[in-house]
Amino acid sequence: MVEWLARLGRAGLSFFQRLGRGHLFLLQILAGLPGLLLRPRLVIQQLYSIGVLSLLIIVVSGLFVGMVLGLQGYNTLVDFGAAQSLGVVVALSLVRELGPVVAALLYGGRAGSALAAEIGLMKATEQLSGMEMMAVDPIDRVIAPRFLAGAIAMPLLAAIFSAVGVWGGYFVGVGLLGVDEGAFWSQMQAHVDLYDDVLNGVIKSTVFGFVATWIAVFEGYDAVPTSEGVSRATTRTVVHTALAVLGLDFVLTALMFGNH
Amino acid sequence: MRQTKTVEIMVGVFVVAGMAALFMLAMKVSNISTLNDNNGYEVTAYFENVGGLKVRSPVTASGVNVGRVADIRYDDKLFEALVTLKLDRNYHLPVDSSASIFTSGLLGEQYVGLEPGGATDDLKNGDRIKITQSALILEQIIGRVLFSKAAEGNTK
Repeated sequence: MVEWLARLGRAGLSFFQRLGRGHLFLLQILAGLPGLLLRPRLVIQQLYSIGVLSLLIIVVSGLFVGMVLGLQGYNTLVDFGAAQSLGVVVALSLVRELGPVVAALLYGGRAGSALAAEIGLMKATEQLSGMEMMAVDPIDRVIAPRFLAGAIAMPLLAAIFSAVGVWGGYFVGVGLLGVDEGAFWSQMQAHVDLYDDVLNGVIKSTVFGFVATWIAVFEGYDAVPTSEGVSRATTRTVVHTALAVLGLDFVLTALMFGNH
Repeated sequence: MRQTKTVEIMVGVFVVAGMAALFMLAMKVSNISTLNDNNGYEVTAYFENVGGLKVRSPVTASGVNVGRVADIRYDDKLFEALVTLKLDRNYHLPVDSSASIFTSGLLGEQYVGLEPGGATDDLKNGDRIKITQSALILEQIIGRVLFSKAAEGNTK
């Protein structure tokens, strides 16, 4: 019994220690961000590997999600004679929810896991301690550029996802199913609000990008420096990112759209 | 060196694509192009019942969107709903225009329809539309139909 209590306490303590380490780590990263103004090339390099290389999966997923939304929405709406509202359905679901959330989940799987594995492996092969020996702060040099690049890339990826998705819905709805083109766009414009919908979607994706990148770099930096530890860190990154994104999405949705 | 150049170009393309997507969402998907909030004049109208009218509902004349509902409040002196309409500055309507609350489609949302009168003066900021017609409340109509049916039954 006592042994069991002790184990529970140990688990709780280590959980809160990790939480505290994560937040201190975030403070260190934020302190390292101004220094990046002197070395923008580091951020651009990371924007390439985080943003540009994620483009393919984002564009393809966005297109197919939009096309499926077009098909499913049409099948439901046509029963009510409201097939012309298809544009509204597609655009609202993409801009408000699916764009930020699915893009963040894909981002966590594509870029977050790569970040965690890269940083974890740097730690395991003692590159990070090597930098410290040379009086180069690994947080300023390695972590902060990745963090900033992730936080910049994620809203852009989500916007691309939504835009491509709307076009996907357009191809299926107007091209395949014969919804009137004018009604598709005008209904969409009448019902999607720039501030309430588009801007809130951008805020969501910014928050997701911040959190997903934070989780990825922290898991990598905090990994046990063995091959098993790196593999665990990668898995945890994907799982925690998905959980954090979905949980935060509920909170943000309740804050943004709850009082209507 | 060539390597970094390509990387920089790719990142540039990525950022431009992201911005273009945001721009497309703002311009083509959302309602930014229809109306600008600080560009127009406000008129008020009293309605007995506004039904399901909401702030930001459209205001139309001959079916064309000419403004939005800016505010709805209850006047506890006149016991009527005071609706503030924000109309686009480009549209001028006679001062004796009438306002009615319509429903678009059977289950659609409600909107304010304006019908121009014959006066030569135009509505100005702060004017009040005097002739109004309230929203049709489905339950009241059903109630009336039932009542008249019952009355028919009694006379036989």
